[in-house]
Amino acid sequence: MTQGKSFLTRQELLGLAVVSLLILVVLPMSVDIFRLNLVGKYLTYAFVAIGLVLCWGMGGILSLGQGVFFGLGGYCMAMFLKLEASTPENTAIQSTPGIPDFMDWNQITALPWFWEPFRSFPFTLVAIVAVPVIFAFIIGAAMFKRRVGGVYFAIITQAIAAILTILIIGQQGYTGGVNGITDLRTMNGWDIRTDDAKYILYFVNAGLLIAVILAAQGVRKSKLGRLLVALRDKEDRVRFSGYDVANFKIFAFCLAAAFSAIGGAMFTLQVGFMSPTLVGIVPSIEMVIYTAVGGRLSIFGAVYGTLLVNWAKTTFSETFPELWLFGLGALFIAVVLVFPNGLAGLYRSYLQPFVDRLIGVKKADEEDETPIDAMPEAAARPAE
Amino acid sequence: MFADYSWSELGSIFAMQGFAGLILFSVFVLMALGLAIIFGQMGVINMAHGEFMILGAYVTYLCSHFVQNYAPALFPVYFFVAMVLAFLASGALGALVEWALIRHLYKRPLDTLLATWGLSLILQQAYRSIFGAREVGVELPQWLLGSFQLTDLIEIPINGLFVMALTLLIAVGVYFLMFRSRLGMQTRAVVQNRVMAGAVGINTERVDRATFAIGCGIAGVAGSAFTMIGSTGPTAGQLYIVDTFLIVVFGGAASLLGTIASAFTISQAQSTMEFFLSGSMAKVLTLLTVVGILMLRPEGLFSLKIRR
Repeated sequence: MTQGKSFLTRQELLGLAVVSLLILVVLPMSVDIFRLNLVGKYLTYAFVAIGLVLCWGMGGILSLGQGVFFGLGGYCMAMFLKLEASTPENTAIQSTPGIPDFMDWNQITALPWFWEPFRSFPFTLVAIVAVPVIFAFIIGAAMFKRRVGGVYFAIITQAIAAILTILIIGQQGYTGGVNGITDLRTMNGWDIRTDDAKYILYFVNAGLLIAVILAAQGVRKSKLGRLLVALRDKEDRVRFSGYDVANFKIFAFCLAAAFSAIGGAMFTLQVGFMSPTLVGIVPSIEMVIYTAVGGRLSIFGAVYGTLLVNWAKTTFSETFPELWLFGLGALFIAVVLVFPNGLAGLYRSYLQPFVDRLIGVKKADEEDETPIDAMPEAAARPAE
Repeated sequence: MFADYSWSELGSIFAMQGFAGLILFSVFVLMALGLAIIFGQMGVINMAHGEFMILGAYVTYLCSHFVQNYAPALFPVYFFVAMVLAFLASGALGALVEWALIRHLYKRPLDTLLATWGLSLILQQAYRSIFGAREVGVELPQWLLGSFQLTDLIEIPINGLFVMALTLLIAVGVYFLMFRSRLGMQTRAVVQNRVMAGAVGINTERVDRATFAIGCGIAGVAGSAFTMIGSTGPTAGQLYIVDTFLIVVFGGAASLLGTIASAFTISQAQSTMEFFLSGSMAKVLTLLTVVGILMLRPEGLFSLKIRR
């Protein structure tokens, strides 16, 4: 524990270097722009996965509604881009020029009030983070102050994801309905559809991801991080020590929401649309599996888990679309039953001894994380 | 929104929508009862519950085909056989899943959630590969078709009545099973104090398996009943899972009566609003209200007074 207080241990510095090298140098040099754009899209999910490491892995709060925050961030960005694309000149053939095309198709003649502020770029940038965080704060405050947690929290966040999806699809005139907000063109006059723009956006995204990794690492090394782990393991003991448990949980949940929202906004920029298919129950729970595959306690693992699952998804669903769902289902089961510590756990037990010897770290410097037992036969039953 | 209708019309609308709500209520209750046993009593989150229901629906579909082709004389009553088979099939699969998956995860409820979600994906794809992606429907026997004409405006379909009667029967059956039978007593004993129950000679592992299997079996019967009022597709189960979980939580997880009461409230609210608003807005409003109430009263409508 001598190095526990320093911001990055030697192993973590190595981990950061490898992740940065992979997403900043290796991937951009080895794949073409189409594939790189795809990688960029996957990396936006990694923002969500890192948020879940803090919230679920460390804090024990499983949110099945992270797609909501991803979606809110993405929609804020999409609304700004859509308004910029819907100038009166571009939309002259509509019966009401100057409003987004899907509103015109739905017989709406004036821009709704909540779209109006999204004409301003600074407001949009603030809203991308602020809207999901405020939303997360309301949910978190209502639930955690009343000591709702665990399973109930998971079910209710899932219901919220379902509600938001139904709402977006139902209110077609205001939200673009099931197709989402499409046909986005420029940001402040800069065309986001060209290959050059895609390169730049990829690197902006990668930079933001590394910043988020560092922020998450900061939280994890802080007292807050320690408290999160403590309240995951013995909530009452933390409460009796005089801490207000709810506030820590709310903070972790809001931070995870903010990370997801940044990912969502970058998704919109790189992929060029936002739709309710990224908000609902299915994507939200898939985002949890990215974290689980990476190892729910590992920030770097979350990035690798996201890349690996999405790479597998793209490869398998291109060649054997039938098999993919079987594979994904089996992955869910395997990661829970056989590899509860995910890629990070595999790394720790097989690769790390060699790496440690290579960079000259002694055993004593290791993280004091307790891995989760895969199948503790003796302890499989509740003890009380 | 009421101004366009006269009083008698409004009365009929409420009666008709109320009846549609009762059918929805029946489906909700059938699904939620199984879930309430599994989630409320055992604390296991079974995200694949909808797929167990769909298994029952497919079993019924196969039965109807089999009877139509090989024993048309039995067609009027095939449904009862199908229901039993649906119960057995879903129950057997449930027991298998408990043995292979759930029993390793009793201490990690959030992980059961992920594992059963994986199971639901696998089952969905299996249904798609076996039965095709298109929705299938069963043919109803003659005596279940048609409807009673109560007044000029109110019409009551017979299959709806049948489903409701079935629900009532199963609800009573579950009551007797949980509160009057030996297995029910053992289940409740294990839920309240596992170690103590084991100490007095209850085989807790077997009780767990039986409870899980029965919960899944009831889902199978729900699927069987579901075929009478709607068609079945591989992903139909997923449509209901969120509502069902909300119903169980809203009712107070450990209370079977609460589950029925909350299923009634939610289904009636939804189907009455559906007439006046669009379907999606009715659903959004209903679910939002439920989530709102749950935020104010997390323990649900009916809660057991126990010390934690």
